[in-house]
Amino acid sequence: MDAAFVPNAVQRCSLRTFALWMLVWLALVVWGLVSAFLCFYKGLNQTNMNHYFAFGLWIVFDLSLIALGAGAFFTGFLTHIIGNVFIYPFVKSLKAIIKPAVVIGFICYSAAIAMLGVDIGQPLRGWFIFWHANVHSMLTEVSFCITVYLGVLTIEYLPIILSNRKLKEVPELNIFGNNLHHMVALFAAAGTFLSFFHQGSLGGMFGVLFGRPFAFREGFLIWPWTFFLFIHSSIAAGPSFTLLCVWIAQKATGKKLVKDSVLIVLAKISGWLLATYIVLKIMDTVGWAYGVVPKAGLSFIDFYQGTYGVWLMVAEIGVFGIIPAIILITPSLRERSGLVIIGAAMNVTGIVLNRFVFAIQTLAIPVMPFDTFMSYIPTWQEWGIALGSIGYGIMVFSLSYRYLPLFPQEAELNPVTVLGKGVTDFGVVKRG
Amino acid sequence: MKKKGTANGVRYGMVIDLDKCTGCGTCIVACSAENNVSVLYDESDKTRNINWLKIYVLSNGKAFPHTEVVYLPRPCMQCDHPPCVPVCPTTATTNDSAEGIVSQIYTRCIGCRYCVAACPYHARDFNWFDPKFPEGMDRYLSPEVSPRMRGVVEKCSFCHHRLMRAKSKAYYEGRRDLKEDEYIPACAEACPVGAISFGDLNNPKHKVSELIKSPSAFRLLERLGTEPKVYYMSTKDWVRRMADNYLQGEFKPKG
Repeated sequence: MDAAFVPNAVQRCSLRTFALWMLVWLALVVWGLVSAFLCFYKGLNQTNMNHYFAFGLWIVFDLSLIALGAGAFFTGFLTHIIGNVFIYPFVKSLKAIIKPAVVIGFICYSAAIAMLGVDIGQPLRGWFIFWHANVHSMLTEVSFCITVYLGVLTIEYLPIILSNRKLKEVPELNIFGNNLHHMVALFAAAGTFLSFFHQGSLGGMFGVLFGRPFAFREGFLIWPWTFFLFIHSSIAAGPSFTLLCVWIAQKATGKKLVKDSVLIVLAKISGWLLATYIVLKIMDTVGWAYGVVPKAGLSFIDFYQGTYGVWLMVAEIGVFGIIPAIILITPSLRERSGLVIIGAAMNVTGIVLNRFVFAIQTLAIPVMPFDTFMSYIPTWQEWGIALGSIGYGIMVFSLSYRYLPLFPQEAELNPVTVLGKGVTDFGVVKRG
Repeated sequence: MKKKGTANGVRYGMVIDLDKCTGCGTCIVACSAENNVSVLYDESDKTRNINWLKIYVLSNGKAFPHTEVVYLPRPCMQCDHPPCVPVCPTTATTNDSAEGIVSQIYTRCIGCRYCVAACPYHARDFNWFDPKFPEGMDRYLSPEVSPRMRGVVEKCSFCHHRLMRAKSKAYYEGRRDLKEDEYIPACAEACPVGAISFGDLNNPKHKVSELIKSPSAFRLLERLGTEPKVYYMSTKDWVRRMADNYLQGEFKPKG
């Protein structure tokens, strides 16, 4: 029924199967929308956040989504900037995943901004950040950069949408899409600039909290070390997340969409960035434990109590940091298809843990000696909005996959034949 | 000597004598009534209720008969180097350059709660609920203080409206400076045992400027560098020990 919209020379499941698949994720989105409505209507008392946990699950998701969405700008940076200046063959091969990377980036950033819209107590005043901007606040920098960058991602996504077979038939849209496509390097450069700043500012947001010795860091000029570590960790995790998404798409469609060699390149880049990040993260942790911590009159173990014990640090840096770094930088390990996925998934988990630790553990630790150590469990409304963003992401990605030529290698890797003839200029929808 | 803090040298601060405080809670009631602090449907939920001034119970942890308990009232510390002000993305909180009071502009606050996360004293409260006042209490609301709406952060303002009132009176009478007793926050005024003193920390004629020089005077979490303008006094070493974090051997008892 929708065959006319399906890209050339590729096969898609039936509309019925697709609708059923979408229905599952729509349920998550509806759960999220109901939760958002309750939060808007009744207020943030619908969450389990309180004066101690001013930030909760949503900030963890926001920080994680933005870190994982870094695959978009970093792949764009490598393909359009590095690839144009230096001719590295491995960079050229990344062209095969630039489109899905952009779509994933768009999903992550739009979901994060929507979630922030619910998270603030007065959503109608969101624009005050731009109107009454406090230039000293890291959150101002984050807000400006992620908003503008979402615009950049939209501009990068637009030519992909306009490359839909049916939309291409409209000459004006076709010309517009082509023109945008030719300017893509410019937007990739803008995206890189913006991303470096907001990824950094997100880390800076916690590093500047001199009232919270767990998060506070010394730094370079106005930037605490977390500023640089957040940039580094996001570009380490972003490519792994892109790899993981492509692998999930391959499993869900039962097709090979990208050549293994491309995924290995992603794993290699991700691995080396993760390895260098982990070295710097360990240096930062040691510096913090011997600098900030005793200066505040505290000892290392004071920060690891109750639910949030030392196991969190071991998990973040050791299990989900050092191990995936070893897997991804060792050629013999990363070339084994099962291991590369495990490595990428562990890398992503480690970075999510890092964001969790900064957002939640920072707040759980009492600073006044007579205060109590708190823990926090989100409500179903908080889970609804967080999981709704995942449902939204899968829906947007599925729609993009079905109707847009996201994977340039798909046709080559999955030759389609109908009645014995090769299909070159029209889409095919498998029945049943 | 160059005076610390503000442009005109006035630096309002508070000294709370913990040896005098009985923990009666009059300061909280006076503060809440003065500043139109709303009442939660369940006031026992101390992690979500609104109190500009909160009383912590400190114990020396010893068994009877050596048990000692001290009550520590905690308003906003009105830091000279506040951790909350630079983080606010909408400039909804400022460190007043004239008197050093940390303000909160409720109609500009977007409720991101970054300031709540930044403050180590938990002096900032977020309105998780719509403001409610028990029947009849709404008729006692002060016209000088705007009630806060759901979704914004609020905090102790050192009863800033009282400062405005005193300044207006002084201006009307052709004076530039305020007398010591002309501007006092509600908590200090209401304390039945006179545990809370208030005044200009930079003015040698004000009692507080003398009190802060006492060897018993200390501030909460001084090591973090927030420079609070709320001082405490206690002759008990264990109380002073609990005001900050110390590594073993760092705390020097005064004996």
